[in-house]
Amino acid sequence: MNGKSRVAAHVKALPFSGIRKFFDIVAQRKDVISFGVGEPDFDAPRAVRDVAKTSLERGETHYTSNRGDPELRRAISRYVARQFGATYDPDAEILVTVGVSEAIDIALRAVVNPGDEVIYHEPCFVSYRPTIIMAGGVPVCVETRREDQFRLTRAMLEKAVTPKTRVLMLNFPCNPTGAVLLQKDVEDIADFCAKHDLLLLTDEIYAELTYESKHVSFASIPGMKERTIFLHGMSKAWAMTGFRIGYACAPVEITENLMKLHQYAIMSAPTTGQMAAAEALDHGDEAVAQMRAEYNRRRNYLIAAFAEMGIPCHTPAGAFYAFPYIGDLGISAEEFALRFLEEKGVAVVPGDAFGACGAGFLRCAYATSMDNVREGMKRMAEFVAEIRAEQKK
Amino acid sequence: MDELLNILKTSARTSDADIAKMLRTTPAEVAARIAAYEKAGTIRGYRALINADHLPDDGVTAVIEVKVQPEKEGGFDRIAKRISAFDEVVNMYLMSGKYDLLLFVTGRNLREVAAFVSERLATLDGVLSTGTHFMLKTYKLDGVLMDVDKTDDRMQVSP
Repeated sequence: MNGKSRVAAHVKALPFSGIRKFFDIVAQRKDVISFGVGEPDFDAPRAVRDVAKTSLERGETHYTSNRGDPELRRAISRYVARQFGATYDPDAEILVTVGVSEAIDIALRAVVNPGDEVIYHEPCFVSYRPTIIMAGGVPVCVETRREDQFRLTRAMLEKAVTPKTRVLMLNFPCNPTGAVLLQKDVEDIADFCAKHDLLLLTDEIYAELTYESKHVSFASIPGMKERTIFLHGMSKAWAMTGFRIGYACAPVEITENLMKLHQYAIMSAPTTGQMAAAEALDHGDEAVAQMRAEYNRRRNYLIAAFAEMGIPCHTPAGAFYAFPYIGDLGISAEEFALRFLEEKGVAVVPGDAFGACGAGFLRCAYATSMDNVREGMKRMAEFVAEIRAEQKK
Repeated sequence: MDELLNILKTSARTSDADIAKMLRTTPAEVAARIAAYEKAGTIRGYRALINADHLPDDGVTAVIEVKVQPEKEGGFDRIAKRISAFDEVVNMYLMSGKYDLLLFVTGRNLREVAAFVSERLATLDGVLSTGTHFMLKTYKLDGVLMDVDKTDDRMQVSP
């Protein structure tokens, strides 16, 4: 080898996810109360699991159509129509993927030419920037701010757009901030995309988990369908992370080309998961509503607890993340997270794991029991008081 | 159902202050709403869900199916009220199907329950027959699983 790396230079240059480093530290400890988990604490609904079992018993252990099982595609089409008011042809405009993660990857690879600029917002899910780079695109980051409730505004986007911009990539409700877009924001951003002739890649995986207002999908905006790749999946609202089922809805030409990449890389999404997903989409509304109600109680509790501690936190209106600001305490988010884990046995994730502008923030996922939420916040209040006392000395 | 009742139903010991946080209101408001529910009789009491299998010498519970003779005036009500007044009867329902009343009866031991059935219940005027089944083990009580060995095996930190 002569000391020469056998790893491709562009892959070697990718940093590890900031969350991974923290994962390794937390994994060494036992009995941690964790606000670090980005997946539901609920199990998938019983009826969904039963359908998966029945499917296995029937011997449905083969590939499905590359696009995804036809029944599931029809269920997706029905669901997207009734939930988001957008019509997609199950035979030509829907592709079933291995989670939204795969969908993001193949969507970017399908539409980005080398050197094309892709605008995305930070703080954001850890894979966005690396996935843009791996697709040959140039990531252009727009920083969202606490004073705007971490919403994305048209003014921010106008500053970031250039003649090379080809794609705008969004995730609302947002991991890690819990921010949502309001009707007006969605209309403004849609208008911005039309004005600059951009393709919109919208990851709406948390669409069902909004608490203050109903989610507004970009797919529902008249005229947007032709320039939108709408991504959604089963992981969050239906608590089906392990089933690994997502989907992309897009105009025929884009879907055809997504299909090529998917077909060569994946063949087809896991069959058992696809059968379970169809059940969840057709009959899962009540289970989703119950989980949402429980998340909302925890969310309200966190908001009140941060207020009592004097820790500023915008109102997280969606997903299952709160994003409080601890920058006034005089220590970095990383130091806070490390010491909080060490001294109180509670895990939170430093906000800068999701982009530099997350510095000073913590991501607190409330996908954990109310007992944990209560105990975790009690310990946080103690810890914050101790930090303040230290700073006074 | 009111969110407040939902919370109390699953965890009646939650403090007013904690409930106030969950519902974005004040502890005083929570206390007032609970008092109103108590006064209206909507909330009839608060009790622990105890897994009797964990207690030493915890007695026995039997489920008893009872056929009765309905009366021209009042149907099942008069006899049902008499039976439900026994201290031994902890739950009781009027049922459709092959029998009329379903009773949950507790006693210190099998003999005590047997004596209750043969000497006091079966001998009542209007009771036509009884069928007694003793409970062996409790798996679930009021929607709560009694033997929970589930652990959180998710990754402790994930994106």
